[in-house]
Amino acid sequence: MGFAWTLVALAAVLALAWRFLGSYLAAVYQGRLTFLGWVERPVYRLLGVEPDAEQSWQRYAGALIVFSGLSLLLTYLLIRVQGSLPVNPQHLGAVPPALSWNTAVSFVTNTNWQNYAGESTMSYLSQMAALTVQQFVSAAVGIAVAVALVRGFARRGSATIGNFWVDLVRGVLYVLVPIAFLAGIVFVAQGAVQTLAGPAVVHNHLTGFTQTIARGPVGFMEAIKELGTNGGGFFNANGAHPFENPTGVTNLLSVILILCIPVALTYAFGKMVGSVRQGAALLAAMGVIFCAWLAFTTVAESQPNPAVAATHAVAQHHGNLEGKETRFGPQSSSLYNVASTQTSTGSVDASADSFTPMGGFGMLTGMMLGEVSPGGVGSGLYTILLFAIITVFIGGLMIGRTPEYLGKKIQSREVKLAALAVLVMPIVVVAFTAVAVSVHAGRAGPLNSGPHGFTEILYAFTSQANNNGSAFAGLSGNSAFYNVAGGIAMLLGRFAIIVPTLALAGALAAKQVVPAGLGTFRTDKPLFVGLLIGVILIVGGLTFFPAAALGPLVEQFSHGRLF
Amino acid sequence: MLLHLRRSLVAALFFLVLCGLAYPLAGTGLAQVAFHHQANGSIGPDGSSLIGQQWTGPRWFQGRPSATVGPTGSPSPYDAMASGASNLGPRSTVLASHVAARAAALRKEGITPTAGMVTSSGSGLDPDISPAAAYAQVGAVARARHLPAAAVRRLVTSHISPAQLGFLGEPVVNVLSLNEALARLR
Repeated sequence: MGFAWTLVALAAVLALAWRFLGSYLAAVYQGRLTFLGWVERPVYRLLGVEPDAEQSWQRYAGALIVFSGLSLLLTYLLIRVQGSLPVNPQHLGAVPPALSWNTAVSFVTNTNWQNYAGESTMSYLSQMAALTVQQFVSAAVGIAVAVALVRGFARRGSATIGNFWVDLVRGVLYVLVPIAFLAGIVFVAQGAVQTLAGPAVVHNHLTGFTQTIARGPVGFMEAIKELGTNGGGFFNANGAHPFENPTGVTNLLSVILILCIPVALTYAFGKMVGSVRQGAALLAAMGVIFCAWLAFTTVAESQPNPAVAATHAVAQHHGNLEGKETRFGPQSSSLYNVASTQTSTGSVDASADSFTPMGGFGMLTGMMLGEVSPGGVGSGLYTILLFAIITVFIGGLMIGRTPEYLGKKIQSREVKLAALAVLVMPIVVVAFTAVAVSVHAGRAGPLNSGPHGFTEILYAFTSQANNNGSAFAGLSGNSAFYNVAGGIAMLLGRFAIIVPTLALAGALAAKQVVPAGLGTFRTDKPLFVGLLIGVILIVGGLTFFPAAALGPLVEQFSHGRLF
Repeated sequence: MLLHLRRSLVAALFFLVLCGLAYPLAGTGLAQVAFHHQANGSIGPDGSSLIGQQWTGPRWFQGRPSATVGPTGSPSPYDAMASGASNLGPRSTVLASHVAARAAALRKEGITPTAGMVTSSGSGLDPDISPAAAYAQVGAVARARHLPAAAVRRLVTSHISPAQLGFLGEPVVNVLSLNEALARLR
């Protein structure tokens, strides 16, 4: 019963975020808000950017790639030399090269896959100046791409799609920093630590035991970790750690932060293309998928753990508790982990590896759908817009008519770009998983044997190619093979999708609008929403069914067997 | 390209200062002033109320099993420098054998285990147990301490923290505060 109220509270807050944060986002990216102009103007002067001077899609993409490349290099260098830098009370040494590569790519691509244990690997300075910075910046880059694509739909006969530097700066200044700061205060008030004083040594007078407790600047990192759909936590245990996610309040706040920008962006999209109903249609498709996956996963986790059941040692009235925190239980843990895998967040408040076979299937397939429900900050909106283009194309094929979306004719070039962008992720997932199970270094990774071991590998590449970062953490990812291969998968999953998306934005912006006629397929109606959901499910299902069958489905149907 | 590079460098430095220094340091300053206790780890006389500890022997209420692993790779329960879960899969023979061994050990102490008492937590540092797990240990603790079971049971009841606002998360019993109260019980 309590969980139902949690869902009601979540829905109510998201409804408000959709309307008000959505309209705020539209105002920010349309340049209608200027109350932080006193910070912005000096930054633009330093950058040598004329804020009104817009860029073609090629220049926009070029700036984005160069900026991300430089961010990658700086992040790599910072953690490589952390041993010689201050704010390192544990005197942690340099992060090794392959791990630094994987970590730098991971944070620059908004993935936050972690092949390291934060509390014993990263200095406080690295956590702040290397990782937290990218949690802000990579999120702002994602929103910028989405906004550029939306401008492509909104404009007619335009050679430009906005200015990357302005979108980047405004996203951080107006959206991410203020919301994260407020949320950070709540995290700390609830019990998240925020100190530079190093680990604490405590002595229990009752037992005589002494315990050393890792601490750090955690609470405010936690806020942007969730708000930017990053997912990379300070501690190895991520959101299960009581210093990251101490209470039921912070657990719900985390879920709200994860979902609020992706949800609100659909309203901003509607505002910017002149019809809120168009945004509501996308949100409806996202919401149907999200609710279905949430229900499925929550029910799965409320079932007994098969390995525990096989011992006949205890009754499992409350579902699967292995890897879960007492204060969250199976339901709140399912909500958190589903929200994090239906976006590109990847944080966990319970061990994903120890979820039931069908609970794990719910998280895995949430990512396999391309993270569109509602998806990561920006990436969710631009990915579902790619699917929307494919949907109107399929609709057009059915009636033999050139499709339109938001008044723009969808022609060969647009369909090719959208299809290319949508196919990158599945190709990377399937190809990299195939390589990993074929080579010794790949097969050496899994902790668990049997089908679950295969799922650990499949989950790893699904997560990295989707820039999610969630893990079946039994996999020993800190090897040369997984560090290098994972880094490549994350880069492809980010930039091989962003570049065609920006090309699409450029192509659309240049087009004129054709007036809607009698034969126009209405994209703000339930029929379109249904077809869009169908396309998303069919693309994901056809691509991944064989792989999922080898992993979680085999595991689910191996009644009475342990591995 | 060169222009992009120069701008990228300036932007990266700006964000480094704003998001990597100003943001976390302002947060730390505020937290240290306004929420000093929480920001430093909610530490009391016998440890942190948020970080679980190992309690040995029947004289104390036990926390959840912890799967944390020390620097050498060997089990080191409640190692607060190395948080983590077991990550054992739902059809793992290793998990089944761990669960069976834990259940047998508890039964030997005269405790009928709940599921939470034989499964390890997500952080390995879970400070809480469920009310059912606390009640299940009342008899064994009372026997070991020669206390009336009813008094120990009352102590457990008074230490149940309900779900926040009545609906967020699960009701729990904090093991440290329960054991501290137990030590004071005469």
